[in-house]
Amino acid sequence: MIEESIIKKHTVLSEHAAELLQSRQSSTVKPGLSLSQYLYKIGSGFYSLLKGMKLTGSYFVNPGKIVTQPYPENRETLKMFPRFRGRVIMVHDEDGEHSCTACGLCEKACPNGTISVHATRNIAGRKVLGRYVYRLNQCTQCNLCIEVCPFDAIRMGHDFELAAYDRDSLIFILNNKEGRG
Amino acid sequence: MNDIAFPTTNAIGDLVRANFPASSAYIINGILGIAAVLITVALIPVFLVWMERKVAAHFQARLGPMRVGFHGTLQSVADGLKLLFKEVLKPAGADSFGFFLAPILPATASFLVMTIIPFDHHLQVTDLNGGVIYVIAISGLSVFGILLAGWSSNNKYSLLGAMRSGAQLISYEISLAIIMLLIVLVSGTASLREIVLSQQGTVLDWWIFKLPGLGLVAFIMYLISSTAELNRGPFDISEAESELTGGFTTEYSGISFSMFFLAEFVNMFVAGTLTTTFFLGGFLAPQIGLGTVDLLFDAVPGFVWFFLKTCFIIFLFMWFRWSFPRLRVDQLMELEWKVLLPINIIVLVLGAIFVAQGWILP
Repeated sequence: MIEESIIKKHTVLSEHAAELLQSRQSSTVKPGLSLSQYLYKIGSGFYSLLKGMKLTGSYFVNPGKIVTQPYPENRETLKMFPRFRGRVIMVHDEDGEHSCTACGLCEKACPNGTISVHATRNIAGRKVLGRYVYRLNQCTQCNLCIEVCPFDAIRMGHDFELAAYDRDSLIFILNNKEGRG
Repeated sequence: MNDIAFPTTNAIGDLVRANFPASSAYIINGILGIAAVLITVALIPVFLVWMERKVAAHFQARLGPMRVGFHGTLQSVADGLKLLFKEVLKPAGADSFGFFLAPILPATASFLVMTIIPFDHHLQVTDLNGGVIYVIAISGLSVFGILLAGWSSNNKYSLLGAMRSGAQLISYEISLAIIMLLIVLVSGTASLREIVLSQQGTVLDWWIFKLPGLGLVAFIMYLISSTAELNRGPFDISEAESELTGGFTTEYSGISFSMFFLAEFVNMFVAGTLTTTFFLGGFLAPQIGLGTVDLLFDAVPGFVWFFLKTCFIIFLFMWFRWSFPRLRVDQLMELEWKVLLPINIIVLVLGAIFVAQGWILP
């Protein structure tokens, strides 16, 4: 009895497996194309190729749509996009004041150790910004410091001609003066 | 009659024949012809590389080379000079003989095909009776260079690229040959000069229009096959920068690389000239049936028309390259064996029926 049931179970299982296998095969093996499908495939293929050629052709016959900049010639008039990340700069208002509180969040957020915020104390004994050291040679323009700043004291500048002959000349003090008003 | 309307001799050849005895004039004219073809082969890539870069740039909404010369016209001269001065490197374990022989073969093949192209009725080095067969035979030579380059470079990417290229060229040569056969069938001759002269008359007498409907299909098939034969995009699986780091040219530098580069562009020019010869009336001026315009067009020398038509075909090749994505290897084979070959055989059979029934437009 037991043997019979085992055999029965096995046959059911193997039938199931065979069915499964068959269904899988039929799903992976491509069915042959009928003639109309074949012709449709060729026709639609040609149509999509022509659409692509129409697009590139429209670029070709409209040279006014050029997106690149002839850079050295137009460096006076070149305007960068707002999202462009050049180097970190500190925002100074018209009085020459910045809004950094030397909280050090940007220093902690920086993955490369680009920023060192050296705090000092003013006459009243309050903690204020002493020197904000920014090392462009280590910066990857990842924007994390700007995102983390609670006072919008720093932002990404639009300068891009940042090459220098000396590594040391890429280390900047961003604040113009000590303290905060 | 054709020889009177379209004489085979030109002024320079006549001058040589007038001043030298017949046997030496024969040799001098031959040398002059070969020198002319060599100069053409050397100058055409300079122009085509510039054209390719400008056309590609404008298809991508860029400007392309703008600095060297007016609109970058001298850019390819500068690049060519730079390539000449670069060091030729040979990878360790590469087979010297094959490695340095390989770049010469494709350039030689394209040079050999150039010798029978009818640039004008009097500008053809030699006119073979079996010109079409010669073209098929010689253009197959370039694949030897590519295979040899891949094999002797001792680099897996080179070998893969070369093998792909071999498979591709063997496949697409069939389609190409069938369309050439169609043209031979309808024009009744295998000589390139005679094929051009069989298209005299108006624009409608060119083989692209003369066979109603069929000519256009054959023209498109020929364009596709010759794009594949040229290893250009979208069929550039043998170079495939993004997959094979340059394919068979991976290990080549300096002058060896520039030989491949030169051969690629001369081959493109040759494919353009052949398409022009077979379908667009070669050196014949486009006659549209308006008296004054036709006279004006006739006054322009034939080789100018020839180069204009060839440039148009080359522009189409460039358009294909910069619009379409590269095919996968299996898609490439599927396109040839399942689509192009059946269509081409049907076109050939229909062409035979057209000829037998006399349905070709008068």
